[in-house]
Amino acid sequence: MTNGEFFIDQTRCIGCQACVQACSECDTHKGYSMIHLEYIDRAHSVQTAPVVCMHCDSPTCAEVCPADAIKKTADGVVHTARKPRCIACNNCVLACPFGVPKMKTEFKLMMKCDMCYDRTSEGKRPMCATVCPSQALFFGSREQLEALRPRSVPTNQFQFGNQVITTKANMLLPKVGRAQYIDVTAAMDEQTTGKDISLNILMDNLFSEEEKF
Amino acid sequence: MAKIPENSAALLEQYGPHLAYSNGLKLATGADPDRLVDTHCCFCGQQCGIRLKVKENQVIGFEPREDFPFNQGMLCPKGVKRYLQGAHPDRLLTAIERDPSSPTGFRPMAYERAIERVAAEIQRLQADYGKDAFGILSGASLTTEKAYLMGKFARVAVQTANIDYNGRLCMVSAAAGNKKAFGIDRAANPWSDILGAEVVWISGANVAECAPITTNYVWQAREHGAKIIVVDPRITPIARTCDLFLPIKPGRDIALFNGILHLMIANDWLDHDFINQHTVGFEAVAEHVSEWTPKQTAQVTGITERAIHQAAEWWGKAKTSFLLHARGIEHHSHGVQNVLGAINMVLASGRIGREHCGYATITGQGNGQGGREHGQKCDQLPGGRDISNPDHRAFIANVWGVAANDLPQAGVDAYEMFRKIDRGEIKGLLSLCFNPKVSLPDNHFITRALDKLEFYVAIDFFLNESAHHADIVLPGSLHEEDEGVVTQIEGRVIKINQAVDPPGDAKQDWRIIQDIAAKMKRERGFTFHNPREIFDELRVASKGGICDYSGITYEKIEQQNGVFWPCPDDDHPGTPRLFEEGSTNVIAKGNGRFYFPDGKARFNVAPYSPPIEDVDAEYPIILTTGRVVSQFLSGTQTRRIGPLVDQYPEPCVEMHPQLAEKLGIKDGDLTTVESRRGDCTLPAMVVTTIRPDTVFIPYHWAGRKSANQLTIAAQDPISKIPEYKVCAVRVRRSGEKGR
Repeated sequence: MTNGEFFIDQTRCIGCQACVQACSECDTHKGYSMIHLEYIDRAHSVQTAPVVCMHCDSPTCAEVCPADAIKKTADGVVHTARKPRCIACNNCVLACPFGVPKMKTEFKLMMKCDMCYDRTSEGKRPMCATVCPSQALFFGSREQLEALRPRSVPTNQFQFGNQVITTKANMLLPKVGRAQYIDVTAAMDEQTTGKDISLNILMDNLFSEEEKF
Repeated sequence: MAKIPENSAALLEQYGPHLAYSNGLKLATGADPDRLVDTHCCFCGQQCGIRLKVKENQVIGFEPREDFPFNQGMLCPKGVKRYLQGAHPDRLLTAIERDPSSPTGFRPMAYERAIERVAAEIQRLQADYGKDAFGILSGASLTTEKAYLMGKFARVAVQTANIDYNGRLCMVSAAAGNKKAFGIDRAANPWSDILGAEVVWISGANVAECAPITTNYVWQAREHGAKIIVVDPRITPIARTCDLFLPIKPGRDIALFNGILHLMIANDWLDHDFINQHTVGFEAVAEHVSEWTPKQTAQVTGITERAIHQAAEWWGKAKTSFLLHARGIEHHSHGVQNVLGAINMVLASGRIGREHCGYATITGQGNGQGGREHGQKCDQLPGGRDISNPDHRAFIANVWGVAANDLPQAGVDAYEMFRKIDRGEIKGLLSLCFNPKVSLPDNHFITRALDKLEFYVAIDFFLNESAHHADIVLPGSLHEEDEGVVTQIEGRVIKINQAVDPPGDAKQDWRIIQDIAAKMKRERGFTFHNPREIFDELRVASKGGICDYSGITYEKIEQQNGVFWPCPDDDHPGTPRLFEEGSTNVIAKGNGRFYFPDGKARFNVAPYSPPIEDVDAEYPIILTTGRVVSQFLSGTQTRRIGPLVDQYPEPCVEMHPQLAEKLGIKDGDLTTVESRRGDCTLPAMVVTTIRPDTVFIPYHWAGRKSANQLTIAAQDPISKIPEYKVCAVRVRRSGEKGR
């Protein structure tokens, strides 16, 4: 699939970890999973969130790397640090706004999701998105996405404080939300730093909850 | 005889469970497989397509199999890691026999010698105590060929009435309910009909963890506007974002179904034409549910009246719908009544037998469907035939070349077999694909019964916990070491393909069974050379039955990516959707679409009754049990796969913070759960996602972590399914230090 793109719909995730288990089957990092899958707050919900690399246009991990070890290929995929260069300083791990890179101290190497480069570069779908039983992780064309997900709209821009990040991977949002950005602070007990419109997503959900009963 | 070895540490050291991780060829980057084998997952009833990578007679990994229409490449974590069960350090490579002088309690023995002894013991016990003193326990994870052969082996070679299978713990309530209402026991629709349903009703099915791929069907229906209604005592992952969650009190499902039907009638949300033309018995059911007012329904189910009204309105007004249920409503002493209540709701809506209008149980085991059709049930003969029906007996006796009078009559269900062992009526046992010590309720009783056997032979690829009690264990085959068909969740017959040969002395199970028959000098009818020959006989044996496979061939399965039964002749394409307009069948013979002589479906009055063991002052909390996504059934395979164990290492007892606070229990505290039958101490998981009157423990573990130490052996009077989903317990902080 040459025009395939990565889309993530967190609302679909069932926390089964098929993605985590399948990730470690990829030939570029066999035996190691690059996906993070966490319960948001298990005491109160079974909600889980899978985190794969968003493959930023301007990757913060690479920008903060003192050894210039992290490279993005022309197709927009940001790769695991180059072994001869990586000094295992952990800067990338600390700086990534999505929390993606993993420091493998046993190899003194930062490793991360490369969107299954061995597969996607040959036209196959990434392992995680292929196996994902809920298709929270979806890999396909824009046309397929529009046919399969009429209620969602993809976004690839994210605001972290004053930093706006544009990514190769897309996050799916409910269409009713009209949000341009996902503001991280919008779901926290703090003054939002981004556009308040993102709060409407939460308000809409509340209203529809009310209507149910 | 069948006493467990004294030194369990040495036993566990030798036979596991040990955890397998990727190593060697399985971990090698870029290992070029010798071949790729298209087959299916070895675990649940969905039977996802998977492509196994094979190198040097070892499954070294997998590729998603995107061409299989059901899962299109999707897999759950069990399917992803299943390849780690091959070349496992715990694998039984020889036959073993009990040896009290060995530290492990067992010593290896020659396969031929083992078969001789098994045959001799069966004949000795039967000579001393009668034919029925030898029992056989079989399984629904076997291919249909093996399931068929086990039924034939019991009736023709061993000549015992006492064979039953572990589908008894799984699918039988749905099967009995479907037979009573529709006259046929199969999912009525392919899963593709879920996609266009306006309402998807899910009762007692932890879809995301027990049938994970079905999740995408449900979410996809929602993308196109479906409302999702989930009925469960816990907010499972499929419930988290559903449109309406009904947190039902365990054991009260029938009250809800009756209450919904009450509102459908009150608001005239009925399909009168369908009811009049295609069903019988509506009036009696309507009268029965008249007492199930929203108020009474709410009182019994613990669900608010408002939510009941909302559910009834969505269900009642829908133009298309799909109702799914699973063990949550079936594992009850009134499991069949629950199923009938659900079916009444479907029949009253008239939404069945059409595109996007469907109903199905979510079958649990890999061959839960095919394994319950062809004669390994205690009262059944191949083709879904009845062992007490003289015509059916005559037909099958003819296929098998024996006299109908020589076929045994119906035996007893799997649990009753253990009661017979306890009473000394069954003295010998053969088990295949069944781990009753972990999977049956009140399993201290099962342990005591196993110890009473004069002779127990188990066939398995790993030494499961029940086989610890065996006198002889014969080394059987893994899923990837044999071929044959299974029938998956939708009623689609598919083909399992062999990827590797069994290692060491391990043999394909059907060969072991035939070797025993031969040594008993009853080889006639047990000289098949391969599964295809067994399948060809099964096709003949099923012909003219309800489960008619006679038009299915391995080639047709290959060409069509599966064939839905019934498929009564060579030119028949199979039957993906049952009960379509204008259709008829072998029973109705032109009179209608349902499988009764008049062609009409049956409404069945489904009276509510509480669980056998309700809570009281002494045991005030409800225990319910179930599964987690990374483990499967009694864990014989999945407790040996490292990454799956790491994902959920040990069972926890889930409880609501309100209950935890009352009991002085904090998250992670070791907590003792006691029932009248046993106790179990596990870490607490304090979560708001479960009803405060209920605790939940997953059941995949053995020994002191086994939830089935607590569960009750109450059974449904019709289906004989055990009441795993409700018993009464008390809960306390254990005082030991927690995690």
